[in-house]
Amino acid sequence: MPDIFLQFSFADSINQFVSWLVREYGDLFHQLTAVLLTTLLVPLEQALLALPPLLVLLTVAVLCYHGTRRKGVTALMVAGLYLIGCLGLWDKLMQTLALMVVATVLTMLVGVPLGIMMSRSQRLRWLLVPVLDVMQTLPTFVYLIPVLMLFGLGKVPAIFATVIYALPPLVRLTDLGIRQVDGDLLEAARSFGTTRWQLLFGVQLPLARPSIMAGVNQSIMMALAMVVIASMIGSRGLGEDVLAGINNMDMGKGMQSGLAIVILAIVIDRISQAYGQDGRLKKALRLKKTAGATA
Amino acid sequence: MSKIEVRHVYKVFGPQGERVMALLRQHCDKAEVLEKTGANVGLIDVSLSIEAGEIFVIMGLSGSGKSTLVRHLNRLIDPSSGEILIDGEDILRYDEKQLQDLRRNKISMVFQGFGLLPHQTVLENAAYALLTKGVARGEALARAGNWLGKVGLAGYEAKYPDELSGGMRQRVGLARALAADTEIILMDEAFSALDPLIRSEMQEQLLQLQSSLHKTIVFISHDLDEALRIGSRIAILRDGQLVQVGTPTDILTRPADHYVQRFVEKRALQPLAG
Repeated sequence: MPDIFLQFSFADSINQFVSWLVREYGDLFHQLTAVLLTTLLVPLEQALLALPPLLVLLTVAVLCYHGTRRKGVTALMVAGLYLIGCLGLWDKLMQTLALMVVATVLTMLVGVPLGIMMSRSQRLRWLLVPVLDVMQTLPTFVYLIPVLMLFGLGKVPAIFATVIYALPPLVRLTDLGIRQVDGDLLEAARSFGTTRWQLLFGVQLPLARPSIMAGVNQSIMMALAMVVIASMIGSRGLGEDVLAGINNMDMGKGMQSGLAIVILAIVIDRISQAYGQDGRLKKALRLKKTAGATA
Repeated sequence: MSKIEVRHVYKVFGPQGERVMALLRQHCDKAEVLEKTGANVGLIDVSLSIEAGEIFVIMGLSGSGKSTLVRHLNRLIDPSSGEILIDGEDILRYDEKQLQDLRRNKISMVFQGFGLLPHQTVLENAAYALLTKGVARGEALARAGNWLGKVGLAGYEAKYPDELSGGMRQRVGLARALAADTEIILMDEAFSALDPLIRSEMQEQLLQLQSSLHKTIVFISHDLDEALRIGSRIAILRDGQLVQVGTPTDILTRPADHYVQRFVEKRALQPLAG
């Protein structure tokens, strides 16, 4: 049978590139790791661990009620977190939360500006869309390996892997939100001599907020999905127990921490969604809907 | 010197500008150009001058180019060729910064769709032009509040646009333009979205304000009654071409062609408004 396939492989060149990167810039990356660890992650984790659990529960209650204005939901969220404490997983919950917070903040710091730039430049969109597609579909383990080689084992590579995984929806939804702002409003703003920055901060970003917050929400959910994988490269937290459960055939233990991750996901989801839906816009939408129904 | 002068302005939407311009100079009309090139022509050789202190109404059916024309006056749209002079200065030569100054200090605008920011209060919306200009927040809000009072919206400062009726929203739009304290105000079908009663109230109010403010107002309308009522002079556009410019009496007694005649006749069949 004739072979129609040309034979080639780029595995070697990629390997060489990564080794070169590690050889030349390894120290730099490790320094970056150390800085991120000592200035951001460790202090945050210690602070969260030092907080009395009661205070954390209260804070969640206040945030949740302030956002949703619903007593039942708030009670349910607090009860869920309390249950995690009962299962003896409180410390691990805080470690996971610290990881989430840092990863989410980094994702937002990169994702929102990227989304803004994308909404302004057709060329950048053309360039970024395929990159985002690849980031979203590439199996996590594929980029986990080079990240590991560069940043070593532990929390920091876990955070970077999480950021890569969680970034695409935020960039996309920021871009979409800004491009969906009503053209008549932009025209009105421009007619009063608004500068580009005034337009961005006074009109486009506030009106794109629900879309951007939906992106943040999606990013957090994707970051949570990374918790177990992150634990494989040595980050502490709830994922650790899931992994231990799998390794030791300890179904019960795995289930418990799995449940804890789900509860954390629900709590963060509810709260971030509540803040994404601006009360005024929500009301405006409802009015529009009823007006449409009667018309 | 006229306050605003428009000289031989053409506007072609889409590419292949040169070919279209050539056709237009051979006196092809909008429909012919569309058929031959697929390009949409907005304005064909429009020239007019608007004097300080008058209410100049630009009238025409939808698609006649009136909204396109008014957007040339603050360069929300740039012409394909021609000159636009404001106080004798060609604004087409303005750079970004000068254009911004023009929009901040000389020309403000009121929109058919109101163009209010849904996430800001009525007071903040009315102060938008001032805040954009960099007037201190306290002063801007005080001045905007004053104008809200003058258009009859005292007490609504803390509401949001979606809590107001259409007429009230347009009063906010008007207050925003007046607060900007510009010599020229462009009003693009400002009252067209309002129901007839509210509309005539707003016209009345505009005339009242104008009697003390003496702004130069360029008012776009598709309604002859409105044009006759508020206009010092009226320009009539058809398919991007200027058909007639004159005082309300000119238009009524000496319509330039069949098109204008039809507007006038339609009106004669209705009882006089106001």
